[in-house]
Amino acid sequence: MGELTALPAPDGRDRKHTISLLVENKFGAFNRIAGLFAAKGYNIDSLTVGPTEDDEISRMTIVTRGDDSVIEQIMKQLNKLINTVKVADLTYESFVERDLALIKVQTKPDTRSEIMQIAEIFRAKIVDISPRTVTVEAVGSEQKVDAIIKMLKPFGIKELARTGRVALKREFQGEVN
Amino acid sequence: MTSQKDGSLSPHNRLMTGAEIFVRSLVEEGVDIVFGYPGGAVIGIYDALHDISDIKHILTRHEQGAVHAAEGYAKASGKPGVALVTSGPGATNTVTGIADAYMDSIPIVVFTGQVALKLIGNDAFQEADIVGITRPITKHNYLVRDVNELAATIKEAFYVATTGRPGPVLVDLPKDVMASKTHFDYPKKIQMRSYNPHTQGNKKQIEKAAELINKSKRPVLYVGGGTILSNASEELKALARKARIPVTTTLHGLGSYPESDELAMGMLGMHGTWYSNTAVNYCDLLIAVGARFDDRVTGNVDAFAAEAKKIHIDIDPTAISKNVKVDVPIVGDVKHVLRDLLPLVQTLETKDWLQTIRQWKEEHPLRYRNGKHIRMQYVIQRIGEMTNGNAVIVSDVGQHQMWTAQFFKYIHPRTHITSGGLGTMGFSLPAAMGASFARKDIPVISLSGDGGIQMNIQEFATCVEYKIPIKIFIMNNSYLGMVRQWQELFWRRRYSQVKISSPDFVKLAEAYGCAGFRATQTDEVDDVLAKAFAINDGPAVVEFKVVKEDNVYPMIPAGMTWKELMDVPEEELKGVEGEAPEVEELVILEKG
Repeated sequence: MGELTALPAPDGRDRKHTISLLVENKFGAFNRIAGLFAAKGYNIDSLTVGPTEDDEISRMTIVTRGDDSVIEQIMKQLNKLINTVKVADLTYESFVERDLALIKVQTKPDTRSEIMQIAEIFRAKIVDISPRTVTVEAVGSEQKVDAIIKMLKPFGIKELARTGRVALKREFQGEVN
Repeated sequence: MTSQKDGSLSPHNRLMTGAEIFVRSLVEEGVDIVFGYPGGAVIGIYDALHDISDIKHILTRHEQGAVHAAEGYAKASGKPGVALVTSGPGATNTVTGIADAYMDSIPIVVFTGQVALKLIGNDAFQEADIVGITRPITKHNYLVRDVNELAATIKEAFYVATTGRPGPVLVDLPKDVMASKTHFDYPKKIQMRSYNPHTQGNKKQIEKAAELINKSKRPVLYVGGGTILSNASEELKALARKARIPVTTTLHGLGSYPESDELAMGMLGMHGTWYSNTAVNYCDLLIAVGARFDDRVTGNVDAFAAEAKKIHIDIDPTAISKNVKVDVPIVGDVKHVLRDLLPLVQTLETKDWLQTIRQWKEEHPLRYRNGKHIRMQYVIQRIGEMTNGNAVIVSDVGQHQMWTAQFFKYIHPRTHITSGGLGTMGFSLPAAMGASFARKDIPVISLSGDGGIQMNIQEFATCVEYKIPIKIFIMNNSYLGMVRQWQELFWRRRYSQVKISSPDFVKLAEAYGCAGFRATQTDEVDDVLAKAFAINDGPAVVEFKVVKEDNVYPMIPAGMTWKELMDVPEEELKGVEGEAPEVEELVILEKG
């Protein structure tokens, strides 16, 4: 077990929290969680779900915001759901996070190379190309993905698809890069 | 050798239909009564039920009645209540009852029929997505998609409903699943990797709580329904008496502590006693036991016991710090936690504090002016005196409900049943029916207003058919009384849509085939009560024509503090002009 980063004192301020939960792959489990956020009026910035190493269990990563007491309730309410196996708030721990975006950008012959350069700077890939568009696949932290989107916006973004944040706690706590 | 395929050789190896497995599973769970209503999707289940003598089925006249009856049974017995209904409208009619059970943490399992799996989502006849509809109002729900999962799902449903913070669980049973066959093997044990409620409280937290209690000069025990759900009345009594701590209860806590005891202060909150509300706001330590700081108890949360340290014992972690921040939270089953707490607690020096409370009780008792015209308070007080607290009182929602909470002296747990959280009008009659199957030893009394009784009045027929010996008392003031009271006090007496007419309840009772009585004056009350109590082979209906415009006091208006508490008005204490003094008296009821 890694060391836990010291929790800041409750100050009643809204913060972004990354909550990671393991849920049984049961009928309606996803609806129960989405429904909980709707019924209690909690925010969802993003929600991802996918399989884990255990085929009976899915991992959900929910990015939400609220003050400490709201987050405490969210954690407890998620825990209370019968299908929930484990809930963890990663916010005050060291964790790895990734967001993936597919960005279809309009191109003209004179802008294509500039777009490709930007992609290269962000270590993004060109995954599709047509006479008038290129599709860039960007992977990284939310801020990094936000940044590339911002850079590409002036060229004209035709379509955009983002996964939302997936996250895992770092095994070795106390070192963040 | 037994054949695995045709299964006709050994009962253990015989293939059974889902419907048979369902019935056998209920027997395994020890279910001896089911409240329900058949329909197309559950014909197979009802066919299997037809041969089983271990389970009594009560055919209610509406599915809502079946669920409330299951609730009443569960609350009176402490065992899970079971309802069985068909798909579509049968299922949607259970929604109010399920929501009611969810709010009040009542362990019930509701089985709904469903269209065949391949028809789900096709807008088939009598199809409703009841699992989707009830998701936010059940503790958990299931759609059984494979007959091989049926027995384990039923086992799990009962386990989830009755453990931790209890609540309603719904199991949706598609018609084809119930017709397909498999071997019946009821699981002995249950293993759920995602659900594991813990009953023991944290030792360190309990020690901290004991420290606060031992230091306290003016403690108050604030006791909720969790104490009754965990059957912890004895532990509560032991703690209160050892430490000399006065006890106030919520609506659902009534009965957890005997109100004949000197430490009892009656109910807390909006219509609680003057002294319990005052005591909570002067106390230096509030010990919340299986209570959830509901808004009808706290009023303005910021001002609720503002000066006091707070200990909160509850099995549901989400109940803690939801409405009020507490100093020592203890997650655990009330019974276990109180047991662990008791040896750590000393006898406190609360003589002065108890003396102060005694004085408050004398100065601001529960009271009303009795006269020629029937007051509900009087009827309820007389029921209490005649039964000596040995009755199950099932109230509905509204003014009579609050007076029932105030003017009946509760001595035993599980003798007060009401719809507290959801406030479901129409609850009382079917819930009392259910309760009567759990308690044959003492009278079960349904109390309703003229509004509420008409919401599930069809259950008269059920009571008559099964000779259910409940007393059905109707307080008829020709108004939706509580709404009228709010309109009078807060909406400039604009009585919008609160006048309500009723059938002749006595004739109606007779039409259904049961005894009906009526009292129109105070001096007739004892007589009709005696007549009703004398009937034991079926229901007895009594209509009380009560004072039309009467208000429940004390009252703390919604969202306010105990400082804004409105007690019985001066003019009532003095008496109404024009009434003959010989029929008038100021009645004072002492709690504790």
